[in-house]
Amino acid sequence: MQRLLLCVFLLSHIIVSAQYSLKGTITNENNVPINDVHIHLGNKITTTNSEGKYSIENLIEGNYKLYISYIGYESISKTILITENTEFSIQLFPSVTNLESVVVSERIMKNSTIDNEQKINSETIENYSNVTLGDALKEISGVSTLKSGTTIVKPVVNGLHSFRVPVISDNVRLEDQQWGVEHAPNFDVNAANSLSVLKGASTLQYGGNAIGGIVVIEPISLKKDTIIGKTIITGASNGRGGSISSSLTKGTRKGWAWNIVGTAKYFGDREAQNYVLSNTGNREQNFSGNLKYVQDNYSISGSYNFYNAQMGILKASHIGNVTDLYNAITNQEPYIVEPFSYNINRPKQEVQHHLAKLFYEQKLNDFSKIDFQYAFQFNNRKEFDVRRNSEDERPALDLNLASHNFQTNYKYSKESWKFTNGINFGYQNNVANPNTGVRPLIPNFDKFDFGIYSITNYKIDNSLKIEGGIRYDFSRIMASKYYLKSRWDERGYDEDFSQFIVEDYGTQWLTKPTFDYHNFAGSIGFNKQFHHEINWLFSIGLATRNPNVSELFSDGLHHAIGQIELGDLRLQQEKALKINSTIRKEWKKVTLEANPFISRIADFIYLQPTGFETTIRGAFPVWEYNQTDALLTGIDVSGSWIINKHFSYSGNLAYIIGRDIKTDDYLIDMPPFNTTHSIQYKNEKWNNLLLGLKSETVLKQTNYPNFNFETNIVVDGNLTPVTVDISSPTKTYSLLHFQAEYQFSIFKNKTLATAFSVQNLLNTNYRDYLNRQRFYAEEMGRNFQIQLKFNY
Amino acid sequence: MKHLKLTSFALLAFTLFSCSNDDSGPVNEEEVITTIRVTLTNGGNTITLQSQDLDGDGPNAPVVTVSGNLDTSTTYLGSVEFLNELENPAEDITAEVEEEGVDHQLFFDLTNSLGTITYDDVDDNGNPIGLEFNLVTGSSGSGTLTVTLRHEPNKEASGVSDGDITNAGGSTDAEVSFPITVSL
Repeated sequence: MQRLLLCVFLLSHIIVSAQYSLKGTITNENNVPINDVHIHLGNKITTTNSEGKYSIENLIEGNYKLYISYIGYESISKTILITENTEFSIQLFPSVTNLESVVVSERIMKNSTIDNEQKINSETIENYSNVTLGDALKEISGVSTLKSGTTIVKPVVNGLHSFRVPVISDNVRLEDQQWGVEHAPNFDVNAANSLSVLKGASTLQYGGNAIGGIVVIEPISLKKDTIIGKTIITGASNGRGGSISSSLTKGTRKGWAWNIVGTAKYFGDREAQNYVLSNTGNREQNFSGNLKYVQDNYSISGSYNFYNAQMGILKASHIGNVTDLYNAITNQEPYIVEPFSYNINRPKQEVQHHLAKLFYEQKLNDFSKIDFQYAFQFNNRKEFDVRRNSEDERPALDLNLASHNFQTNYKYSKESWKFTNGINFGYQNNVANPNTGVRPLIPNFDKFDFGIYSITNYKIDNSLKIEGGIRYDFSRIMASKYYLKSRWDERGYDEDFSQFIVEDYGTQWLTKPTFDYHNFAGSIGFNKQFHHEINWLFSIGLATRNPNVSELFSDGLHHAIGQIELGDLRLQQEKALKINSTIRKEWKKVTLEANPFISRIADFIYLQPTGFETTIRGAFPVWEYNQTDALLTGIDVSGSWIINKHFSYSGNLAYIIGRDIKTDDYLIDMPPFNTTHSIQYKNEKWNNLLLGLKSETVLKQTNYPNFNFETNIVVDGNLTPVTVDISSPTKTYSLLHFQAEYQFSIFKNKTLATAFSVQNLLNTNYRDYLNRQRFYAEEMGRNFQIQLKFNY
Repeated sequence: MKHLKLTSFALLAFTLFSCSNDDSGPVNEEEVITTIRVTLTNGGNTITLQSQDLDGDGPNAPVVTVSGNLDTSTTYLGSVEFLNELENPAEDITAEVEEEGVDHQLFFDLTNSLGTITYDDVDDNGNPIGLEFNLVTGSSGSGTLTVTLRHEPNKEASGVSDGDITNAGGSTDAEVSFPITVSL
């Protein structure tokens, strides 16, 4: 009886106690209910319904362990005291790892899997904090640089550069004045999170004229619900200057994220082994910032980049006429060597670039989304020449280039299919300041662009993917230019282009040339994965490039290089057919990749010396923009080997032959054979100690055209015939670089990494074939560099 | 709606920044020297050597004229003038060269020992400029007189202040060779 009573009592107690329940709603970061969330309370398990609701009944009073989890979201684990019917609703936030995977899939959506893509990451970019974008890109096998001194560096991809290698920053094509070899891309390398070079169908998204490939810059991405900062301070012995770059990145759970980066650089004259390279200092002040709001169905972002640089041009490279050029080449010593200075005098360049962008993306359904983007860019380029009157502070060239670009893309991805389609409209306006007192090299012009493209990916099976794309572009250039009548007639334009003349100004014609271009581009390729970790990428593509304004309109003396450059209104589009293949094999510790390519370019535009013109300043060689048919063949090879726990090796080599098919000769300015090898020692136990030695060997270019010319110069009062050797390539050279890194942990989660490096360790004397200033001076000598990287 | 807003913003920005530029006339080319005139006088006898390039850096070559022959064993007072006739009225650059004498020097090269040239002017540092000079002719013969204007030469270098261009450096602003005949 007693037992029964006890049982009844207990039972009644349980029944009474069991009346409690726990209920609630689980939502995501955007307050949208989540279905199927796993909920664990004590030993009871349930899941949420489609409205995000859950309920657990029959709970007696007490402490329970509550555990809520959902894939991709941060789990909730807490103890909960139940003394009555309780409601517990909570919002879940995506876990960081999940966001990473979103970023990854976003990348695949953006850039193709078929593309030959080579990438350098933020850690490597940090090492280049105080130099240029071009220098950093050189890390990629097959990328060389075309330089004008030490600070003006532009990338050469498979032997091609400038307009043939567009630079895409955060989905916007950089519209700076990159005509001419002495114009570097206007971008601060510190604002990049990664840099890559693409050569396949996905380049069609950015234009059909990427004959060489495209450089894609991804901005610093925002993916954590924290605030993180980074400061890099670099000091260098050569140039006796340094740079500081700081960035701050913040993400919030509500989908907001922002990022700012500021960089300043300050350098004086660089030094070669034996002398100061006078007037080669530079300064930079850059800023970039972006703000992003990401929700499930849409995202909106705005960004602004400002690049501001002042660059000195080697004083000895300013020459007067062909006599000066001959003397410079013959003497092999710079004309002017002054004591070290931080001053930047004429000749110099001042460049400002603003880039503002608005982006909106809307998810239409699970398979498709549409985005809209407007980008405005303003580029001001001032080139200051040595003026006869040194009181005259005006630049010799002052160009203002404004570019507007509107584009919209529609992306669809379902099962094995993926489509990307888009349209863009562009308008560009260039104004050459007429108050320079110097005839502008680039005239005033307006340019309209319209482009439409479509790219399709299809996954046949897990080992084979194919991709193809087509693009059409229309461009109209409307220029306004004054031609000397003598030049107009000498070019033969009086017969062909008299319709462009609108007004007579005595010795000059005012002309308004208008050109329309229709361009088609296409690409098709596949990516095949074989057993044994062999991957084979293959693509074949057609690209067309319009002649740019400098190729059409250049007309006059280019002081910096002492030559008369003449454009040609008759130039046709370049049409390139390129075949690109990459074979990659991975063993456990060794990776090897080979990328052979062949590119046949019809109507390839290049500068060719054609004779002389005499002015009161003396004789000048004349270089004309000309067209020929070119054939570029080459191979890039890269490999790495993890030797053991501490040692690793990596290396690459690039070889290219550029042929002029019409004249059966070689093309000018092709990168010579080059190879780099580096060996690294790393020990994580010793605060991530890293020691590296890198060798860089560039052979003498033996495949070059002979453009040497004969001229008469005054020697001892007599005109004497001489040969001006502008063609002979520079000698083979090898450089050795050293790098050491060591990390300190200063506070919790905060590290200070220090790096010490020496470039050109042996202080080797050399000249670079692809440096326009090789006639006037040697390259930079040894450079000690100290870097502090502070993460917080 | 959002798209519409964005598009209208883009269009607004488009119109704002599309500053269409009207032509402000051709650039006055101020960096060009079109004309060099060397005047040699001996009493009432004046000989003018001129090189004129009216299209500046254009394709036409300069027109070189020499008004007459020089006499043997004669001292001439020489002066040099620089003009830019592309500007209207023509700009006289001579004064500018003189004013910035420290940064400029003229060099004279006379072939076949037709005569000797000595400077007759100095800059602020006491070095020659060469806008004024003396020419003493020798025996008869013919050859060339090359006149070179160097910008930022190293006037302290060996031989430069005596008129030897070899170590002068700098960059060439003008260079003309005149055919010269010295006769009895």
